Amino acid sequence: MSDLGLIENGVGLPAAAPALRVEPSPTREFWGRLAARRSAMVGLVIVVALMAMAVFADWIAPYDPIATDWGAIRSAPSLAHPFGTDEVGHDVLSRIVFGARASLGAGLTSVALAVALGLPFGLIAGYAGGFLDLLIMRLTDALLAIPFLILAIALAAFLGPSLTNAMVAIGLSATSTFVRLTRAQVQAVAAEEFIEAARAVGNPPWRIALRHILPNIVPAILVQATLTIAAAIIAEASLSFLGLGQQPPDPSWGSMLNVAKNFLEQAPWMAIWPGASIFLAVLAFNLLGDGLRDALDPRQRT
Amino acid sequence: MAEMSGETLLDVRDLGVAFDGEGGAVHAVNGVSYTLREGETLGIVGESGSGKSVHVLAMLGLIPRPPGRITGGRVLFEGRDLLALPERELRKVRGGKIGFVFQDPMSSLNPGMTVAAQIVEPLRIHLGLDGRAARLRARELLDLVRIPDAAARLDQYPHEFSGGQRQRVMIAMGLSCRPKLLIADEATTALDVTVQAEIIALVQELKREIGMAVIWITHDLGVVAGIADTVQVMYAGRILERGPVDSLFSDPRSAYTLGLLRSLPDLSRGRAGRRRLHQIEGAPPDMRDPPPGDPFAARNAYATPRCRREPPPLEQAPGAAPGHLVAAWYDLPALRAAEEAA
Amino acid sequence: MTPAPYPLLSVRNLSKHYPLRTWWGGRGSVFRAVEDVSFDIRPGETLGLVGESGSGKSTIGRAVTMLNPPTSGTVAFEGADLARLPAREMRRMRARIQTVFQDPYGALNPRMSVGEYVAEPFRLHRPTMARAERRDEVEGLFARVGLDPRFARRYPHQFSGGQRQRICIARAIALKPSFIVADEPIAALDVSIQAQVVNLLQDLQDELGISYLFISHDLRMVRYLCQRVAVLWRGRIVELAEADALYDDPRHPYTRRLLGAVPVPNPVAERARLRAAAGMPPMSPDAGGALVEVAPGHWVAGGADSRV
Repeated sequence: MSDLGLIENGVGLPAAAPALRVEPSPTREFWGRLAARRSAMVGLVIVVALMAMAVFADWIAPYDPIATDWGAIRSAPSLAHPFGTDEVGHDVLSRIVFGARASLGAGLTSVALAVALGLPFGLIAGYAGGFLDLLIMRLTDALLAIPFLILAIALAAFLGPSLTNAMVAIGLSATSTFVRLTRAQVQAVAAEEFIEAARAVGNPPWRIALRHILPNIVPAILVQATLTIAAAIIAEASLSFLGLGQQPPDPSWGSMLNVAKNFLEQAPWMAIWPGASIFLAVLAFNLLGDGLRDALDPRQRT
Repeated sequence: MAEMSGETLLDVRDLGVAFDGEGGAVHAVNGVSYTLREGETLGIVGESGSGKSVHVLAMLGLIPRPPGRITGGRVLFEGRDLLALPERELRKVRGGKIGFVFQDPMSSLNPGMTVAAQIVEPLRIHLGLDGRAARLRARELLDLVRIPDAAARLDQYPHEFSGGQRQRVMIAMGLSCRPKLLIADEATTALDVTVQAEIIALVQELKREIGMAVIWITHDLGVVAGIADTVQVMYAGRILERGPVDSLFSDPRSAYTLGLLRSLPDLSRGRAGRRRLHQIEGAPPDMRDPPPGDPFAARNAYATPRCRREPPPLEQAPGAAPGHLVAAWYDLPALRAAEEAA
Repeated sequence: MTPAPYPLLSVRNLSKHYPLRTWWGGRGSVFRAVEDVSFDIRPGETLGLVGESGSGKSTIGRAVTMLNPPTSGTVAFEGADLARLPAREMRRMRARIQTVFQDPYGALNPRMSVGEYVAEPFRLHRPTMARAERRDEVEGLFARVGLDPRFARRYPHQFSGGQRQRICIARAIALKPSFIVADEPIAALDVSIQAQVVNLLQDLQDELGISYLFISHDLRMVRYLCQRVAVLWRGRIVELAEADALYDDPRHPYTRRLLGAVPVPNPVAERARLRAAAGMPPMSPDAGGALVEVAPGHWVAGGADSRV
């Protein structure tokens, strides 16, 4: 706002015309503040790298992740197999690279599902109020009473073991968080004077919800979504570890750990690499989420 | 008007305060100097961003550091430099010899503590009174600020008091240690006009009873007209004008003071005598990048080229009452006379 | 109480009650924020509504615009009773009635450029308007309220309080309404900016013939801007008169008390006022009662001239 003085002087036309340029919108400034935070940027770089790994797995992975090499069973890391091999001769590095698809894919997809369901219900509950609010919130409370991971496991077990079902189970389990957050945010924004100002010019309710409330709650949802992706990655790993997620022989970090637990003494690399991958991915999303939260300052009053 | 005889109580010299921020440092206070005598009432008038509140908070160590910092100067209170005092010593001065009343009594009082507990606290810290004596004194203080049935109300919580009564409680706390100086920072701004009148009358009476000096910080020229001995007009972190109250109102020398006085509609002027309201054009400067000269120059029709280049010093206004100072390169009475002649 | 030949807005027996709940959630007593208030506003007139915090003045402003509809009473505006208008009709009516709010910081959507904000009335009420025409209109409005039209692409946090209030006013006059409720429009502004906004409101009235309901606790500005003034006390109008009559010859004890409390920016007069105020008796609590016309157009609660 260093050019504020220019606007101020003479209220009307400034003495020197400022060049027409893209004006810093709150969103743009939000990203600017985020970029200034080192830990958030570290998180963002790791997230982007992991996603690139998942997308370009076919080119990055040195071997077919489900091809078995009976000549190299549980072999220690070497030049041929930098991360070693597992008990049926899969290349661990290749499985880590392809496993990123399952882990990140599950994290992103399940959270996308949770937001897609939670946001509209939260908007309705928060803005419409009344009976609908009561109904939605009692259901949400019931779901929130069950711990996230337990609910995900129960739903996955009910739906049957597959990666898709695991994603759905995780997404449904995380939905109530987003309903609750959206509703609270909507209620906070709806109490602002600019909402009354929007009513005063004749905005219909749907337009107030979509045009005036929604843009003001997106940042908070984004923060929560980023942090929830980290939780969803752990949930996917847990489900796969229990055999409820990714099915063999397709790789997933969680199922890799499941197998590795039997060979911890003989072949620790089988556990170390997927464990480290999960740790790194979860850390990266948490760093990014925390950075987003810190950069989030919706009231940029001078 | 009080006679101008008391000893110097407060001597502010070249005080500067800045706040560091993302877009550069905000120079909130720039080279503010003034003195206050014992028993004097000083009215400090200014808009938001004028530095009127910030400089007082800064001299008592009440601005958060960082981002705030003192860029220079000294503040002598009874001969001691407040800016050089360690925090522990400063705490003894605050709430002890210097009392405060802030704008918002609700957020300055702790909602979870009874009024008695909050008044007693400074009494125990500063005066070392024991529980019984402190409570007795708290009751006297509520009596002093004219809260009826003080004994019964001591054990009530802030929400059980009206806005005006809460401000009375704040004043009681500000006065609890018989301060030499009471600082009222927009103390009546949040109050209704009739309640404001009561609070002003109360402070006037208490001043007579206790004999303290008062710094009354406000944006409302009307409020200081009746209670101040000296009025000081601040703008963009500087003092633009300062003088005995009658002289300043009848013979303003700063174009900003004149503009403020003229922009207030007259309560007794009917529709027949109605003229377009005088307005000061523009808005205060960006304090991140303050103009090199007189900060008001950009909005001042009387400004000379020198005003834009060089900040004018605060000096005795020629031909005005003694002690009537102005920071201006232009001669306002002469310019106005020429204007009327034309 | 119908002094005007053709009132633009006619408020009759307006009340706003809030039910108070007991601690177990049962039905308790009723808080009467506004009780049986009636007044007219003529075309092109400014009616001042003064009173202290909690007197109900903002509640009245929000009730006549149906932002917070009244519990009972009628609000006749351009041939319709707003209190009985269906929601869709009322939204359409909002092209004719606008509000300028107190807090120009809170009244702007932080994530909407100010140009979009000012263009919104056109989008809502002139949906067929071409984009280029809408842009021209917005530019014209910016210029009209004294802002550089190029600022339209900026966001609220880049503006000062006075500029934000100009933006709010630009939006309010976009569709050339006949009536604007200005709810403490200068209370949050610096002294040197207040006169700018008041002059702008006056100029717009002279140009467009807008009627204002000017809600304020600033008794000096109210006298300056308003033709007639209503004094509110505890949810009721206690005095209503031409501004000159009310300020020069206040009849109700509360009006006198209110006017007597306004500081005067003149040391000699202000010291005299403080001395006089010191001897004022406290307000008697039963100064209500029905409005009675004590002089042409001068209405006082309780009727009888209560001058001592």
